[in-house]
Amino acid sequence: MTQAQLSKAHVRCELNGQSVEFLADQHMSLLEALREVLDMTGTKEGCNDGNCGACTVTMDGRIVDSCLVLAPEADGRRVETIEGMAPPGGLHPLQQAFLEEAALQCGICTPGFLVAAKALLEREPQAGEHRIRHWLAGNLCRCTGYDKIVRAVLRAETPQPKPRARRSRSA
Amino acid sequence: MHPFRYVAASSIDEAVAVLREHGARARCLAGGTDILVQLRVGRYELDALVDVKGVPEVSALRLDRAGLEIGAAVPCYRIYEDAKVHAAYPGIVDAATLIGGIQIQSRASLGGNLCNAAPSADGIGPLIVHDATVVVAGPKGTRTVPVEGFCTAPGRTVLDDDELAVSVHVPRPPARFGAAYERFIPRNEMDIAVAGVASAVVLDRSGKRIESARIALASVGPTPVVAAKAAASLVGELASLDAFRAAAEIAAGEASPIDDMRGTIDQRRDLVRVLTRRTLELAAQRAAAGAAR
Repeated sequence: MTQAQLSKAHVRCELNGQSVEFLADQHMSLLEALREVLDMTGTKEGCNDGNCGACTVTMDGRIVDSCLVLAPEADGRRVETIEGMAPPGGLHPLQQAFLEEAALQCGICTPGFLVAAKALLEREPQAGEHRIRHWLAGNLCRCTGYDKIVRAVLRAETPQPKPRARRSRSA
Repeated sequence: MHPFRYVAASSIDEAVAVLREHGARARCLAGGTDILVQLRVGRYELDALVDVKGVPEVSALRLDRAGLEIGAAVPCYRIYEDAKVHAAYPGIVDAATLIGGIQIQSRASLGGNLCNAAPSADGIGPLIVHDATVVVAGPKGTRTVPVEGFCTAPGRTVLDDDELAVSVHVPRPPARFGAAYERFIPRNEMDIAVAGVASAVVLDRSGKRIESARIALASVGPTPVVAAKAAASLVGELASLDAFRAAAEIAAGEASPIDDMRGTIDQRRDLVRVLTRRTLELAAQRAAAGAAR
């Protein structure tokens, strides 16, 4: 079967909070569709086989390697990419922390790390170092040696609420 | 990648119809973490990929008195994030939390692990020691295949071209049952097992002796290896380190590993020895803890 014989898939999804509709080859990955059809090049291609996590996006709130998702599978789903992370005119606290901790060098892995770390901290605001390292095991960085990345995510964690002095109501 | 049709099936019949139409040139898509990689590197070509995640039976996870029904496309995270499954099937949860990283666990399924039939699959051994069966659907209806006999060679299974795995049925474990899975990889995460061992034990009423045991080995043969002699050696024995060590020695002999880029024959046999002993200890601890509840 040649590509010409196959019609394109019509995909409708919510991308970074906005409804989008696009056509993609049926065998196209979500990563290719984002970068080449939708011109959203923030999501990076690293290994293209699910090892490096550079292409991490969330689908219905779960992090996935977008190279291992077919574009038509995104139909009807909620997809979030690095482009949806920063609030207008500012940076997400994780992005700010990555800058302050110098948690990037070449930057190819950074969008994937940020999207993955955001999903973790939304779930577990005080995840802690061990959990952060475990959660980010599916993201590879060949520059930083990981320590700076882990420090940045720790910095972006919600501080533990300070224990308030308790007064007994009956007193 | 060779272009293919993407079909999102919403029923078993619809999926089977597409498989029938294309024969060996169509396969099912669950999480895609193996098949999309294999298609991309050109290991084989397909004309159609049938996404089965929209088939209710294939995406259901149900725990009841009869046991656990795991739809073939249920991703790993749904298994380990379910508190009841976590408590009742820790050996299966061990594997679901080990496969890939979090991104992979969002998509990869035990049914996919089975159908991919890699000798190194982490998910198959725990299902074997739980005496799980696979519900298979095809044009003539459904049939049930024990997980133990599902894989026939690396990448090959008992499935015909027009059949699909619908779900895995894991019977409710008997009282005083415990299971565990461990593997060895040179990294901390995200790697393929050099060797892996799943063990299950049932303790007797005293909680001290082993009534029955099951041991399955990964990555030390062309398919998952059932270490039946090692398991049989434990029946009636005290649940003791001595008995576990003796069984581990037998299991190492039952393995038939090869030398390859991940490890040598000797290293793999030694790993089977260590991991069998460790998983038996953990399974027995879990069996005792379950009995105490």
